[in-house]
Amino acid sequence: MQYLVSVIDDKTNSGTAEEMVAIDEFNDRLRAGGHWVFAAGLADPSTSTVIDGRGEVPVFTDGPFIESKEHMAGFWIIEAPDLDVALALMADGSKACNRRLEVRPILMPEA
Amino acid sequence: MIDARAAIIRAHHEEWARVVASLAKRFGDLDIAEDAAAEAFATAVQRWPADGVPPNPGAWLTTTANRKAVDRIRREHKRRDKQREAMMLTDDAPPEPTGAIDDDRLRLIFTCCHPALGMEARMALTLRLVGGLTVPEIARGFLVQESTIGQRITRAKGKIAAARIPYRVPSARDLPARIGGVLAVLFLVFNEGYLATGPDTDPVRADLTAEAIRLTRLIRELLPHDGEVTGLLALMLLTEARRPARVSAQGALVPLVEQDRDAWDHALIEEGHRLVRERLASGVAPGRYQLLAAINAAHTDARDARDTDWSQVVALYDQLVRLDPSPIVALNRAIAIAELEGADAALQIVDRLGDALDGYHAFHATRAELLRRLGRREEARAAYDRAIALAGNTAEVATLSRRRDDLADAVSGTDRAGRERGSGSSSRGGGGGSSSGGGSGSDS
Repeated sequence: MQYLVSVIDDKTNSGTAEEMVAIDEFNDRLRAGGHWVFAAGLADPSTSTVIDGRGEVPVFTDGPFIESKEHMAGFWIIEAPDLDVALALMADGSKACNRRLEVRPILMPEA
Repeated sequence: MIDARAAIIRAHHEEWARVVASLAKRFGDLDIAEDAAAEAFATAVQRWPADGVPPNPGAWLTTTANRKAVDRIRREHKRRDKQREAMMLTDDAPPEPTGAIDDDRLRLIFTCCHPALGMEARMALTLRLVGGLTVPEIARGFLVQESTIGQRITRAKGKIAAARIPYRVPSARDLPARIGGVLAVLFLVFNEGYLATGPDTDPVRADLTAEAIRLTRLIRELLPHDGEVTGLLALMLLTEARRPARVSAQGALVPLVEQDRDAWDHALIEEGHRLVRERLASGVAPGRYQLLAAINAAHTDARDARDTDWSQVVALYDQLVRLDPSPIVALNRAIAIAELEGADAALQIVDRLGDALDGYHAFHATRAELLRRLGRREEARAAYDRAIALAGNTAEVATLSRRRDDLADAVSGTDRAGRERGSGSSSRGGGGGSSSGGGSGSDS
């Protein structure tokens, strides 16, 4: 079972050096425990471009698809057997990156 | 016929949670477990009156529910997975023996009360899957629409399946943090049993109160040092102890002050008092359930209703309001204020709660009682009418109707003073103690 873990932030480029160290240590723990799939930080939402390719000619629009006070500043994809494991892990992840997180299951093709 | 119907009601109270819990464990799907359990009971309703009640209703229901679940899974897999269907065929094992699956029920409770679910969803889900209450019954307990409850349950089950909320009892490390939500749910189940809803149900559903007490005892065994677990158990015991005196031979609720205190279960009261003393001796600041238990201890300590230490009761409510500033707590505090300071002071408090509690029968019943005591009979009658229209409990409706009719007699001028004295200084005095922020207050 995989979960997308979004990092919730209301500022951009607000990460500190201490936070980066803590996140690296946390990521090492994820790898050691076999929970690591992928993680990345994201550039400022103002750098995003919305694409609508459903018509004959694709339409590109500047900016995030939804304007909100808070945005997704980064994410993890983790592997965990169930939500309890994911929640326990990412409670530490929230501490490490000093941000609130949102955990959301990733739909898997049926076995 | 009557026997079969009684047997089904009894089996529903006793076996529902066991059936759902064992199915959930076996099939790993709460939706299948709930539907199959409901189908099994529906089958019993059809078959038992004609075929007779099976010698072991619980085993019959579990076996039937297992078949229903397997049938459903086969149907679903036939469409997409023949291989799995063949596997399911070999899985039609007999149900686990009764008694060995108590832990399944605990597992079910912790899953239903998972912190990733909203508190309202946890309560609705637990009452449905563990308590076996119907959606209308739950809706009444929460003072919300049935469709809202139905959506909460569906959404919660969907999240449990999609996010893979595990079906297990939490680890020792996580247990204390998980217990609060469980206690809130158990208290609501208890209240539903103590003041059962539905026009054709018994006013008290003793199986449900017994079940809430049993599960709370079980959690206390696991967490003997958790003050709130002990507090909730004490609260339930001290409330349950009054049950024998609570409904009259005519089926009306007997207010606390009028109850025959010799009919109370003194073993339960002694146990409840012992638990309250244990918490006082701990020196740890009490939580909500411990305060409610202490209020009930004060009520059950008095040999006669007139000996009740109302200043202590009000002091405990003052502490409770600081922890739980909900309008229902404020309503119950007002009832104690009526005894200490008079009906006028209490009515001023109660009238400020109208916006929040206008849909709650106990609010109108309390107002009616206070207005009656202040001699404002027309207003009292209107308030009784509102309370009767909103009350879902048969005995409560009978009681409120009697009080309203007494009012009519009093208006016509017969023996008013005697009636005033006879009906007691407060019909809802005890009340207080066992009411919950969850919305399902009980009052005697």
